[in-house]
Amino acid sequence: MLGLNSRDFKLLMIVIFMTLAAPILLNPFPVDSALGESFNAGYPALMQRFVIFGLLAVGFNILFGLTGYLSFGHAAFLGVGSYAAVWMFKLLSYNIIPAMLASVIVAALFAVVIGYVCLRRSGIYFSILTLAFAQMSYALAYSVLSPITNGETGLQVYADDPQVLMSAGDPVVPHLFGWEMNSSVTWNVGGWQFVFQNGYYLAAICMIIGFYISIRIFRSPFGLMLRAIKSNQTRMSYTGMNTKPYMLAAFVISGMYAGVAGGLMSAMDPLTGAERMFWTASGEIVVMAILGGVGTLIGPVLGAGIIKYLENIISKINSDILHNWFAFMPDWMDNLLVNILYPFVGKGWHLTLGVLFMVVVIFLPGGLVQGGQKLGALFSRKSKSSDSDATTAGTANTNTPAE
Amino acid sequence: MGILEVKGVNKRFGGLQALGDVNLSVAENTVHAIIGPNGAGKSTLLNVLVGKLIPDSGSVMFDGQSVLGRKPHEINQMGISRVFQTPEIFADLSVMENVMIPCFARRDGAFRMHAIGSVRNEGDIIAQAEAILADVNMLAKRDMLASALSRGDKRRLEMAMCLVQEPKLLLLDEPTAGMARADTNNTIDLLKEIKEKRDITMCIIEHDMHVVFSLAERITVLAQGTPLVEETPENIKGHPKVREAYLGEAQV
Repeated sequence: MLGLNSRDFKLLMIVIFMTLAAPILLNPFPVDSALGESFNAGYPALMQRFVIFGLLAVGFNILFGLTGYLSFGHAAFLGVGSYAAVWMFKLLSYNIIPAMLASVIVAALFAVVIGYVCLRRSGIYFSILTLAFAQMSYALAYSVLSPITNGETGLQVYADDPQVLMSAGDPVVPHLFGWEMNSSVTWNVGGWQFVFQNGYYLAAICMIIGFYISIRIFRSPFGLMLRAIKSNQTRMSYTGMNTKPYMLAAFVISGMYAGVAGGLMSAMDPLTGAERMFWTASGEIVVMAILGGVGTLIGPVLGAGIIKYLENIISKINSDILHNWFAFMPDWMDNLLVNILYPFVGKGWHLTLGVLFMVVVIFLPGGLVQGGQKLGALFSRKSKSSDSDATTAGTANTNTPAE
Repeated sequence: MGILEVKGVNKRFGGLQALGDVNLSVAENTVHAIIGPNGAGKSTLLNVLVGKLIPDSGSVMFDGQSVLGRKPHEINQMGISRVFQTPEIFADLSVMENVMIPCFARRDGAFRMHAIGSVRNEGDIIAQAEAILADVNMLAKRDMLASALSRGDKRRLEMAMCLVQEPKLLLLDEPTAGMARADTNNTIDLLKEIKEKRDITMCIIEHDMHVVFSLAERITVLAQGTPLVEETPENIKGHPKVREAYLGEAQV
């Protein structure tokens, strides 16, 4: 189906179902319950982040997962895409079509230039070069380029902006031919409340399309060449392949994904600043991909979702909530547990992320996807011992188009 | 006029004259061996032929065209394939994928953006790859990861990857280095079989005299960067100059 084998098609269907049903799946608890306040994640602002960062990680994975070239400056493309989109809002109108097109095109051009320079080196030097470029972009956006980026204030739409395509009666928020990004339908069922927001669904559809394209790239001859470059560049050139254009193409495609993600961020909220390009943002993308599973199809999406979920959930927890959880225990035990856990929640959520990251990298070098496969292998061995071969073959399969 | 003509090639590394006025002519459809003691410049010469090194002076003509100044992938596209001393294969890919890549290189050239169609639908590439794997008796291992192969099989796989491109000239850099006698004999048989089946010129750099005398039709002896003699195997064995420079230290 859709040019995919049954395995990939199933994966795509799961992703489509999960993203489209996310407003329901992520709100498993009634809205007013204690659990709901702590663990529900089905509100639009957070779900938008899931899919936008998912898209970003999927694109990053095309570069890092397939070719092994670790870009440490991917946030630069995200930032450039955001700026391009806001400029389209300022110059033309709030319609997101020209904005999205602009963010892809500008990010692609930017990636051609940066890629051309950085790909002269490989390994750690490539990473450092990309990092340097991203930090330069960040610094420029704050200083010299202030007329374009509006410096520290951040770029936003003002009432006196030209907006030449805007006619009276058009929405004054980002919209797709009148379909406003921030309007939503709320569905109350008993104590549960589900919010279906236009903006989320637009971002989700972009993510699904991006994910589908990435599957096609992974299974294509182009994807095979990229994996061959990762495996042995020497053999690649002695086989008559010019590795440079392959690498540059992968870099630009990856940058375009980040451009779309940046454009979507602006479409959700037409305000952007240079901090989107800061190196910690680039680092976050790397962590997402590695946590989920580099080189696997679903890993980066999974990593992005988990990090954004934990960021929101854990940083909301404070000592009162912890005391509530352990209220049934004797006081001394309650206090002890709260004292132990407190540094890991609220503002300290990065500590939890750090521990999780270390555990994953040490015990599951293949990321959470590998963890899932190990679990799967364990269960299928219990149910049918003859099947275990097929599952271990599946470990290699996530990045092998042979099946 | 041979398919490969090396004329007056010099290469100097600092104070060391690695290649001094090397002339070499490899005739089409022959097996030509280059032998010589350690440090004779064999590997330097090979690296010049594949574009990894650029000589200080001289000319290297292949099939009527100069190879000097071309990149390794361009030289490969001209029809020169190289087998390395330690097999250079795509260790993280399956055996089948390893041989499919040279098939793509041959069909699509050095670069082609082919990002949407699936590899599974490339019928002709798959057929070619399967045919060459059958040729080297590795079809049963097609789905194995290349890194899991035995050393001998890695060598076979690399050979298959080179052969599937149907090169005009196959360069072999010590193809039996570090092999047990049995594996060495297998490799000799494999090379003989290849030679029988197709029109191919081979240029072998080798230490092992057993391999050289089993395969070569012409032999060039290098010593200290300069060719001493070029002769048939029968004449090489008794050649006084060769004995002095080389065979004196190895019993034949």
